[in-house]
Amino acid sequence: MDLRYSPEQQAFSTDVRSFTRAHLDPKVAKKVLEGARLEREDYLGWHRSLHKKGWVGVGWPTSYGGTGWDATHQHIFDEVTADEGAPILIPFGLRMVAPVIMNFGNQAQKDFHLPKILSGEHWWCQGYSEPGSGSDLSSLKMKAERSSDGTHYIVNGQKTWTTLGQHADWIFCLVRTSNEGRQQEGISFLLIDMKTPGITVRPIIMLDQEHEVNEVWFDNVKVPATNLVGEENKGWTYAKFLLSHERNGIAGVGRCKRIVKRLHHVAQQAYSNGRPLIEDARFRDKIAQAEIDLRALEITLLRVLDAEREKHAPGPEASLLKIKGSEIQQTLTELTMMAAGPAALPYVREGDNGAPDVPWLSDEAYRYASGHYFNFRKTTIYGGSNEIQRNIVTQLVLGL
Amino acid sequence: MNFSLTDEQSALKETLIKFIDRDYGFEQRWAVLRTDEGWSRTRWNQLAEIGVMALPVAEADGGLGGAGVDTMIVMEQLGRGLVLEPYVGCCLLPAALLTRGATDMERAGLLERIASGETLAAFAHTDAGRRYERHSTGTAASFVNGGFVLNGKKVVVLGGDCAEQLLVSANVGGDGASLFLVAANATGVKRLAYPMQDAQRGADIEFSNARATLLGPQGGAQPAIDYALDVACAALCAEAVGAMIELHKITVEYLKTRKQFGRPIGMNQALQHRAVDMLMHVEMSRSMALDAAMAVSENNAAARAKTISAAKVLVGQACRFVGQNAVQLHGGIGVTHELNVSHYFKRLTMIAATFGDTDWHLARYSDSLLVA
Ligand SMILES: Cc1cc2nc3c(=O)[nH]c(=O)nc-3n(C[C@H](O)[C@H](O)[C@H](O)COP(=O)(O)OP(=O)(O)OC[C@H]3O[C@@H](n4cnc5c(N)ncnc54)[C@H](O)[C@@H]3O)c2cc1C
Repeated sequence: MDLRYSPEQQAFSTDVRSFTRAHLDPKVAKKVLEGARLEREDYLGWHRSLHKKGWVGVGWPTSYGGTGWDATHQHIFDEVTADEGAPILIPFGLRMVAPVIMNFGNQAQKDFHLPKILSGEHWWCQGYSEPGSGSDLSSLKMKAERSSDGTHYIVNGQKTWTTLGQHADWIFCLVRTSNEGRQQEGISFLLIDMKTPGITVRPIIMLDQEHEVNEVWFDNVKVPATNLVGEENKGWTYAKFLLSHERNGIAGVGRCKRIVKRLHHVAQQAYSNGRPLIEDARFRDKIAQAEIDLRALEITLLRVLDAEREKHAPGPEASLLKIKGSEIQQTLTELTMMAAGPAALPYVREGDNGAPDVPWLSDEAYRYASGHYFNFRKTTIYGGSNEIQRNIVTQLVLGL
Repeated sequence: MNFSLTDEQSALKETLIKFIDRDYGFEQRWAVLRTDEGWSRTRWNQLAEIGVMALPVAEADGGLGGAGVDTMIVMEQLGRGLVLEPYVGCCLLPAALLTRGATDMERAGLLERIASGETLAAFAHTDAGRRYERHSTGTAASFVNGGFVLNGKKVVVLGGDCAEQLLVSANVGGDGASLFLVAANATGVKRLAYPMQDAQRGADIEFSNARATLLGPQGGAQPAIDYALDVACAALCAEAVGAMIELHKITVEYLKTRKQFGRPIGMNQALQHRAVDMLMHVEMSRSMALDAAMAVSENNAAARAKTISAAKVLVGQACRFVGQNAVQLHGGIGVTHELNVSHYFKRLTMIAATFGDTDWHLARYSDSLLVA
């Protein structure tokens, strides 16, 4: 037992930090640290730098060009890059569809897609949810019918909540190919080029008034049958496999640590009754409590990752990480908003008329505080809502 | 004990219910929200005709002399409709301030014009870089050439975007707070107007040697400021209650209609219990908003402060619980700008953070225990 990093791990941490400082665009880092909205290029620039270094395939086996890092190294990488203000690596390609292709795709799919995912040439998005199928995902209805000559699927229907679909080159979809049997049985896993005629992407504006998610409509979209992953009607198995691979990073420990730092900054800047807010024990206790919760989450995450390394089957404990991680993220963004006090009320975005010459508002620590809080309400809803996660634990862990 | 409304109060309530139902539907609100001003003069005038602007002004000053309960009735409905017109910022708060902080002579004409809805005033109080302090320390008034001039910067002034008259708290030397009147278009007044997160409007206002008229006794404005902010807090509690009742109703309706796994999501006990907890927050808030409304006319300032802070604490906690869970129980649709759920959530969040957040009021209540 030893919870400290070994000298080798510490050296790795130093490497990651100096690489990040040398290659991360400071403008992007500033945006990330402030919680501002990122553009497509902000994500991709960082992605490409990592790709050049050979550090983008985190969690990928080396045979596919992955880093081959163990769980602790992955965690260190996450923690250090997040601390420096690096954008997240968009997970839809790297962490979601790639493992599915590696495990269930054919050689042609592997050869075509994996290098483009790694290089960032293809931006992927996730086409699972539909308006009528959220928590009950396997009730999905988007239809894919084989053309009579068998060479194509004709896809009709709608996906929704598609994160950053406005930037995407490809979308992986769960589609209904059969209505026979249980609803889980007629689902297939299709890879679809977003440029295919008949696809329409419509923005959904979120409560922080930002464009982050979309509706994606499919009107007689012709998809080559070669884009089917694995077997027809076996898509649910792959989807479940994918969910079990989503665990890494789901707790958002690196991101939380970064927000804690910013929270300290805000609590030092904000004055309450003539003193820095951090000196107010009533508020400081809340920061302390959040830090304690975060430490417990971090050690739990490391325990889970370590157990996986020991080849225990990945279990439903990922649900516990998701629940706790999302709750802590929400607490931290809420505390940051609270610390800002009345300064959290105005809605002023970068580039808005006059904003830059208002010292009070232009303080980076405050400007996005409430927008960030509002936006993070999503974390207990997406990726399987926290209620659904609790159901999973109830059934699979407690056997109730 | 008597919890029933008078006939007049019931009539006021009915009129406002009709106003919200008829003129303040979601689509109508959207249309107003999208205008440059962000609120509607027409709606403002309609509210004035109903007598809402005259309510907080004493009869002697040309108003209707309403009590805290009347304000509560109004605010509950404004909360239910998520009304954008700056009633608290531009009418209620300045009216309370002038009533206690200015002499009969000083306030005569102005209060009358506020009561008719003709003039919009706002209270510029929070100094840049400060949070919820009731004592203004950052803005200075000095006597120059036979009159006062103001220097300093006020932030997040509710209704500061459109007010024609500004009531400004400032210090003359080491004296306590004084209250000043400044025309918003006067030389030396610069304002930056913006929408708030909840679509209400506000402004940061900078004073550089702006000519100002002293109201009330020099250095003696603090009691009036405390009174006016307490009145505003009581009103916000009632507004929150109106918003929460509506949001809870919308959520329960959604639990009954949204189906997943072949049945309404409201069949899941986890969600049922959450909805019950939300209801408890709403009911406790109703009680405390009532307590706060009565406390507005309490003569003992310390007792008034304590009751109103208690209400703001409990209602602030309810705003948070009800708002967060309404969003959560709606799933993805809850975090969109298109649905009114997020609009209620944001308004409730902002109410909790206005004129002292939950911690600030808890501290004020808690500190009062030491003195007693
Ligand atoms: C910001 C954001 C980004 C997203 N990105 C993507 C994406 O890129 N791709 C994608 O495919 N999807 C995405 N989603 C969709 C997400 O996975 C769904 O929102 C989620 O699964 C919940 O589904 P729903 O919104 O339909 O809510 P519903 O399933 O209708 O749930 C409503 C409420 O009921 C509760 N509930 C439902 N069933 C039960 C039950 N049995 N027991 C207890 N409670 C229950 C839920 O927890 C929730 O509180 C995203 C969502 C959000 C908010």
